[in-house]
Amino acid sequence: MSKRRVVITGLGTINPLGNNVTSTWEKLTNGISGIDHITQFDTSSLPVTFAGEVKDFDANDYMGKQHARKLDRSAHLSIYAAEQALQDAGFDTKERLGPNVGIVFGTGIGGIGATEDAVRVYDSRGPSRINPLAITQLMPNSSTGQVAIKFGIEGPSLTITTACAASANAIGEAKKLIENGVVDVVITGGTESGTTPMTIAAFAQIRALSSKNDTPSEACSPFDMNRDGFVMAEGSTVLVMESEESAKARNAKIYGYVTGYGSTTDAHHITAPAEGGEGAVRAMKKSLDDASIKTSEIDYINAHGTSTPANDKNETLAIKTLFGKDAYNLTISSTKSMTGHLLGGAGAFESMVCLLSIINNKVAPTINLNTPDEECDLNYTPNNAVDLEINTAMSNSFGFGGHNAVLIFTRY
Amino acid sequence: METNEVFDKVKGLFVEDLGIDESKVTMEAKLEEDLEIDSLGIVEVVMAFEDEFDIEIDDEELADVSTVGEAVKLLHSKI
Repeated sequence: MSKRRVVITGLGTINPLGNNVTSTWEKLTNGISGIDHITQFDTSSLPVTFAGEVKDFDANDYMGKQHARKLDRSAHLSIYAAEQALQDAGFDTKERLGPNVGIVFGTGIGGIGATEDAVRVYDSRGPSRINPLAITQLMPNSSTGQVAIKFGIEGPSLTITTACAASANAIGEAKKLIENGVVDVVITGGTESGTTPMTIAAFAQIRALSSKNDTPSEACSPFDMNRDGFVMAEGSTVLVMESEESAKARNAKIYGYVTGYGSTTDAHHITAPAEGGEGAVRAMKKSLDDASIKTSEIDYINAHGTSTPANDKNETLAIKTLFGKDAYNLTISSTKSMTGHLLGGAGAFESMVCLLSIINNKVAPTINLNTPDEECDLNYTPNNAVDLEINTAMSNSFGFGGHNAVLIFTRY
Repeated sequence: METNEVFDKVKGLFVEDLGIDESKVTMEAKLEEDLEIDSLGIVEVVMAFEDEFDIEIDDEELADVSTVGEAVKLLHSKI
């Protein structure tokens, strides 16, 4: 039996650049950074004092205080993005979606903010004063469950926690559910809100973060010689994916196909990429095989491009290994230069970018790319967007743990 | 403390701390059906009562409490 084809019919996002798809794309294509000094808590004791925060969003206003206070911020963002995506796809968000709709959601660290709060209370007031909602806020599957409850999603649900590859893996697994006929529709994507004091301190402690505290908007500089680490960011992006027949039957708007998914593991080191990005090469190759296309058909790669010295060098090597001399003809960019690193939400956000690139025939740039690095010598679309016909786009996501997830999106 | 003072304090906790709509908080209001306080929420409510009135409430004492008025009665008896 041949596999069913899978299309994307709805997009929703809330992220450091904007609180909807249109404003986000406008910022991306104008090369505007969403990274700034942290406003949500006192950073005076932290070695890193900036991040990509979601702005102009008050969960109490959005869902009412009684409901909002029961959820971690990562779940507020998930519900907000999911509602947008469902409305965009033409679903009535007042009706329960029912058993023919599944949910596959990714997150790196779930309700880490709730965890930090609960430990603080435990230390200061003891075990009898712990928030009874702590567990349901901090569990990594909290967003999955809360989005399912909110919209009555009764089909299969999965939560994927492969660090910074989580929501790319989520989309890939959602694709399989639809291809194999388990359900017709899957709400998928990811969320993260780890811009919290302990989490930033812990990432800084392993020298993963940029420490350019004086110039936040210039700090994330993927593929630049002077890059010094990634920038923490928060947000959620949700895609409505469904079988092509289902979308056609509903007469839904279609953004494109998801045609390829490759998932591999380095099995090498818990944070460092395998030498030469060996696991990444295999993941990209598998995604091409899944889509039944050749390297020459890829028009654009939305790189993982975190702005860490190790990622950008090894991702470049991986692309060269797979694409050979054609690597120099590829158009690549890292939109993390503007959003920062959405961690478990990154793969979904960047999948959205790929789809918007196809729809608009435009590539968002890698900003802050000013000083060339001889180890990063491909075309990363420095600083300015370019118009380009894009029929097929690849999105790379790699996570701590050695997880590699690559997706391919194709024009409908 | 008079019953109406206890009620005012309880109402304040429900509205300020738990975000419940003020107009819903009456003596007759049912905690679960009317105020949408579920089993997890009850634990929060008890913690808030204990802190506010400096008392301890055992789980067994809650068995007969399903409305705001019954909660006020229990609190009044313990203060």
